[in-house]
Amino acid sequence: MLAENIVIIGVNHKTAPVAVREKLAFSGDCAGPLLTLMNIEGCRECCFLSTCNRVEVIFVASNPAIAAVAVRSFLFANSGLADGEAQQYSYLHQGQDAVTHLYQVAASLDSMVVGEPQILGQLKQAYREAMEQKTTGVILNRLLHKSFSVAKKVRTETNIGGSAVSISYAAVELAKKIFGSLRDKSVLLVGAGEMAELAAEHLVRQGIGRVIVANRTVERAAKLARRFNGTAVGLAELTTQLAEVDILISSTGATDLILTKDEVKPLMRQRKNRPLFLIDIAVPRDLDPELNDLENVYLYDIDDLKNVVDVNKADREKEALRAEDIVAVEVAKFGQWLAGMELAPTITDIRQKANAIREAEVAKTLGSLKSLSENERRSVELLANAIVNKLLHEPMVFLKNSDPHDNPQLKLAFVRQLFGLDRES
Amino acid sequence: MTLLFQLAMYLYLTATAVYVFHFLSQQKQVRAVARAILFTGGILHTVYFVVRYLAAGHTPITSNHEAVSFFAWAMTWAFLSFWWRYRVKNFGVFVTPLISLLMLIAAFSSQEMAPLPPALRSNWLPVHASIAIMANGFLALAFCGGVMYLLQEREIKKKKFGIFYSRLPSLEALDNLNQHCLALGFLLLTLGIITGSVWAKQAWGTYWQWDPKETWSLITWLIYAAILHQRLTVGWRRRRAAIMAIAGFAAVLFTLWGVTYLLGGVHSYVG
Repeated sequence: MLAENIVIIGVNHKTAPVAVREKLAFSGDCAGPLLTLMNIEGCRECCFLSTCNRVEVIFVASNPAIAAVAVRSFLFANSGLADGEAQQYSYLHQGQDAVTHLYQVAASLDSMVVGEPQILGQLKQAYREAMEQKTTGVILNRLLHKSFSVAKKVRTETNIGGSAVSISYAAVELAKKIFGSLRDKSVLLVGAGEMAELAAEHLVRQGIGRVIVANRTVERAAKLARRFNGTAVGLAELTTQLAEVDILISSTGATDLILTKDEVKPLMRQRKNRPLFLIDIAVPRDLDPELNDLENVYLYDIDDLKNVVDVNKADREKEALRAEDIVAVEVAKFGQWLAGMELAPTITDIRQKANAIREAEVAKTLGSLKSLSENERRSVELLANAIVNKLLHEPMVFLKNSDPHDNPQLKLAFVRQLFGLDRES
Repeated sequence: MTLLFQLAMYLYLTATAVYVFHFLSQQKQVRAVARAILFTGGILHTVYFVVRYLAAGHTPITSNHEAVSFFAWAMTWAFLSFWWRYRVKNFGVFVTPLISLLMLIAAFSSQEMAPLPPALRSNWLPVHASIAIMANGFLALAFCGGVMYLLQEREIKKKKFGIFYSRLPSLEALDNLNQHCLALGFLLLTLGIITGSVWAKQAWGTYWQWDPKETWSLITWLIYAAILHQRLTVGWRRRRAAIMAIAGFAAVLFTLWGVTYLLGGVHSYVG
């Protein structure tokens, strides 16, 4: 099997602007595209991945150059772009590069937010649909399975998904560092900006006990409160509520501070010094910066959170470098397997394996039979030799016999599996 | 016998080094190794006490070497038993250096076995002394928890995340750790003082004679009583509790050594 027969053609957020990507987007299930792709001449296996940041076709073709043009024209069919332009916006990876690229995608090294975990699920879904349409075969089955295990390896051996890289998630992570479990804690949302909602959503998903919403217009507060199964209060109740809650997320459009140090200071005594986490994502700011000086009060404004995110992003870039090493090792392993997927290497592998077993067993037997004469020893060796050769004869005939109806790769894969040739030690 | 002590000490030192390595590298297997080494050290240390007890004929807790070594032993087992029930991330890297330090101090003090003065020959000796030192073990854990709390709090407050932020547990977990260790330590400290005074009544005919060690134990006890009282009433928790746990431990150390070397009295070790 030639590595060069494996090709990936696609567009992603790096090669094409969203204006181009949205024209390529396929909605609904992949059955249609998969069947169209399989009709391309020489296309033996294919898998189709479409997410909001990328559209990719992974395929195996007997004549990659011709198939590539057809695949590209299929991808850009709705874009109105000529093949020349299409080539500019898309990438084509072949052979080892294609394997590397797929591993990077699966491990989220090629994502817009490096390390985000969704892409692996999307890739698995794409593979599932391809399997349902029976468009994958020996090569892609193994390649995709390997890409999943590479992704898992990267996730467990590096810290690539470790720290928060979005502002709302960074806030949640901080809350957990202060409060540990969020189960018996409560959050007060003041104002109802989009980011505040997002942060609240994260907190709810992390199991926060109670959500209270305070807003200038009570209807809006009530609406938001219903969404999080919480209660709505008026803005006037801010300080009363503040004596109870653990986290405050503020995002009002107010031009002045809505909470000052002097207002919170007496509350802390009333709160018996339970810590208070204040998150100010409003611009201009809602909360007095000096609040952070109070004992057991932690105030983070939007810039503080942005800094956290930037540091975390830099960390992920560092981890990504380590992940690339893992990918490189795994790409080499796949290359080895692929090289073995030919008649001659398979026969050699079987012979080698059989000989290794024969030699080991003969040595073991002769080692315990020290009294044998030279002739008798020779007979034992001949016996072992004969058994091995006779046992291997039929499988070899089966392998070499080329029936035109057979799928040669399936046959090779079957034999290799039967003899356990690709087992990783 | 000395060999047993040294083996335990070297195991503690190794465990410390491995814990530090784990702290920096954060590899799970390394932590398991560190814990196993510490556990083995703890077992050997226990054997050492048994052997020394048989050789001396009385509970080996009367010289500075013995008391400090017992202190380290108490800390080790307090930590290991604690680990059983609560998982506090990277607690070991703060506890083991202190254990090692105590062992080094014990190693450099005289290891001679002095005969027991008649006044100390009583069944109250093992009860009183071991309870008092077990109390020290838990109060030392509270001290470590306090240090961890302040380090973690500092990074969150200053918004500069260094090596501690990701490695230390949440402030809440550290505060709980503090509370549990303080409560247990305080209980044992109280029992230590009561058993001591009962014994004093038997030995000297008076419950309390304002010996410097007694006075300082009382001061230590008052400090911890204050911490717990304030915690329950006006909510001295978190940062202030952490600082107080550290201050309280300073009083513990002074009661252990300061009194012996600076002030003297009946509790001064035989050696």
